[in-house]
Amino acid sequence: MVEDYKLVDVPVEQPLSMHPKKFALWLFIVTVVMIFAAFTSAHIVRQADGNWLVYDIPPMLWITSGIILTSSIFMQWAYIAAKRDKLEQVKLALSITTILGLVFLYGQFQAWGQLVDAGVFFVGNPAGSFMYVFTGIHAAHLISGVIYLLYMLISSFKYKVHAKNMLNMDMCTTYWHFLGGLWIYLFIFLLLNH
Amino acid sequence: MATEAAQIDVHAHDDHHDHHEQSFIEKYIFSTDHKTIAKQFLITGIFWAIIGAAMSAIFRLQLGFPEADLGWLRPLLGRWITETGQLDQEFYLALVTMHGTIMVFFVLTAGLSGTFSNFLIPLQIGARDMASGFMNMLSYWFFFVSGVLMFISLFLETGPASGGWVVYPPLSAIQTAMPGSGMGMTLWLIAMVFFIASSLLGGINYITTVINLRTKGMTFSRLPLTIWAFFLTAVIGVLSFPVLFAAALLLVFDRSFGTSFYLSEIYIQGEALSNVGGSPILYQHLFWFLGHPEVYIVLLPALGITSEIIATNSRKPIFGYKAMIVSMLGITFLSFIVWAHHMFVSGLNPFLGSIFMFLTLIIAVPSAVKVFNYLTTLWKGNIVFTPAMLFSIGLVSVFISGGITGIFLGNSAIDIQLHDTYFVVAHFHLVMGAASAFGLLAGVYHWFPKMFGRMMDAKLGYIHFWLTFIGIYSVFFPMHYIGIAGFPRRYYSFTNFDAFSGFTDLNQFISIAAIATFIGQFIFLFNFFYSMYRGRKAPANPWKSNTLEWTTPRNPGHGNWEGEIPHVYRWPYDYSKPGAEDDFIPQTVPFSETMDSNLPHENDLIALEKEQAEEIVVDESAGH
Repeated sequence: MVEDYKLVDVPVEQPLSMHPKKFALWLFIVTVVMIFAAFTSAHIVRQADGNWLVYDIPPMLWITSGIILTSSIFMQWAYIAAKRDKLEQVKLALSITTILGLVFLYGQFQAWGQLVDAGVFFVGNPAGSFMYVFTGIHAAHLISGVIYLLYMLISSFKYKVHAKNMLNMDMCTTYWHFLGGLWIYLFIFLLLNH
Repeated sequence: MATEAAQIDVHAHDDHHDHHEQSFIEKYIFSTDHKTIAKQFLITGIFWAIIGAAMSAIFRLQLGFPEADLGWLRPLLGRWITETGQLDQEFYLALVTMHGTIMVFFVLTAGLSGTFSNFLIPLQIGARDMASGFMNMLSYWFFFVSGVLMFISLFLETGPASGGWVVYPPLSAIQTAMPGSGMGMTLWLIAMVFFIASSLLGGINYITTVINLRTKGMTFSRLPLTIWAFFLTAVIGVLSFPVLFAAALLLVFDRSFGTSFYLSEIYIQGEALSNVGGSPILYQHLFWFLGHPEVYIVLLPALGITSEIIATNSRKPIFGYKAMIVSMLGITFLSFIVWAHHMFVSGLNPFLGSIFMFLTLIIAVPSAVKVFNYLTTLWKGNIVFTPAMLFSIGLVSVFISGGITGIFLGNSAIDIQLHDTYFVVAHFHLVMGAASAFGLLAGVYHWFPKMFGRMMDAKLGYIHFWLTFIGIYSVFFPMHYIGIAGFPRRYYSFTNFDAFSGFTDLNQFISIAAIATFIGQFIFLFNFFYSMYRGRKAPANPWKSNTLEWTTPRNPGHGNWEGEIPHVYRWPYDYSKPGAEDDFIPQTVPFSETMDSNLPHENDLIALEKEQAEEIVVDESAGH
């Protein structure tokens, strides 16, 4: 008795102009925001209790922050280029964004090294542990962003990213900007509260 | 049949799915059809409900009859029964913990939301399926994996997690704290990570579907209250589950990597642990930031289902449709700012306590509005007492009696006496456990015809209802007295203290009632599985209901409607409208066809309907 009817409808009227997939991405972003809201508020609550190790932010994080901001600029360039059907530029800009993403991850890892050199370890006073948790969990999300970028990069070399196929490009751009913005938030938070 | 459907379809587009035979695996196992996924959630939820309820029956045996020889349980529990025939004390704690975890997360979150949000959202808003069928399938299978891990933990030699369903550190953070804190706790945490992923995938899908995929005419002010409830439940889930994830992650780091988020200055057998500078209270804050909204994740779907069933079976419009929505929005908002009322005795600043007390008591207002609206909907209605209706009215009853004790517990001063006693157990089992379970059962009785195309037996339903209703009150009403007397929850034995030995009879009564209620549920199980294959075939619209799901074929296929998706012209509660031919007008009937019953402002809408109809014609000609 169970069979497929027509599954694809051309909607007569879209209740919301945003594509459902992009809307779902925004909801996913909300969940990530909530995770970091929980971490940062835990950080504030714990810090208020006292017995808190004060240490210097690894200088590497300034550089990685710059890298992630630059990568967002290239991402935006790729997006605009795709919209204008300049496919060679899309490939170039996406490649640079991906490489910058990987460099950022490497930089974060170096920052951990600087922390260890400074005597701040994952195990020990929660002040240091929080630092590792923020950077680590953010890096985990950033890896998912890099995977998405690689997927877009492959699509772009198959000429599947162009003005008439912008949904994934649009979503990838949104996600990448979000990940950059999230890092900047975490970085400023750490600067103010370390 | 499907090819015929495609032919009569006025929107014959090129990109429609051709009919193809689905394999068994595609159809029933890795299905992306929301209706199949809903049934998967329901069956899995029932499986877990049996296990969770059986656990409570076992520990009630210990509490009611501490002297009894439980040796006959050895084939099932093995070495968890001691040589003298008593329940092992550690295993008692494990049972309590797993009963809570299973019931809260697996039965009343996944089993309730998973079943009815999946089943009803596309059917009631007029959508072919969820926004992402694949994500929906993933949501179920993450839940399944979570369940498998939790199930495995039941069979560990050291037992499953035992520190209470809230898994407070340090019991949960130090692997050697108690037997269940080792592997059992690890599996608990991994299972919960999968569960959270499942809930988030589901929740994101529900919200997207409700916002993006409503059929033409289905405005937010025409949504059935069920959909409003599922929608807000999903919103709460998306906002609160990530916080539980964060809390669990820090706990994992403390357990496995030696960090000190929640641990500080702990001595075990005179030896200090290396953890310094953590705060177990931090975990409580993070946990209850999910934990309290979780109460409403469990409850709101049940309230939504009840709204629908009470309006349908009272043959009356729901009283205060807008007030219902506003009060649900109020509950949603308030649920996030009351979490510290679980922590009044944790050393919380008393001033902060009074703020949280104030916010907590405000929840009584939207809750009372909802109860008032249920009662006024019933008032002077032509009530049809279907089993679903009985369970809905039962929900209102337990919601009132459980809600009233919430006003006591919300007071930070009274909570000093009542905290962690059986009074709390009685309170939340009535207001959240029983109420949500009643909503779940009501929903199953009501939508069974749509799920399986057959009717459940009503007589067995009545017997099941009265057994459950009387049973639930017999179990939880006496518990209030034990709680006021001060007996703490989670304790293995009542008889060790003289002060409580006077309650032996009462405890026996509770245990007998609990086990009888448990056995009563098998009537439901029989009815459910028997009717699935042998029940009377269901008519198209057995309850004469207005909502869209009853316009689908008796056994809807993937895609729900054979032809075009019906359009919606009115709200879903036009029951017993003066002047109308029938005592119900489905949402798909335009105002232009019901001239006799229209209200003045509805006559004005007819012109709008005509405009819309013309637009559709234009669209069709443009499409070809």
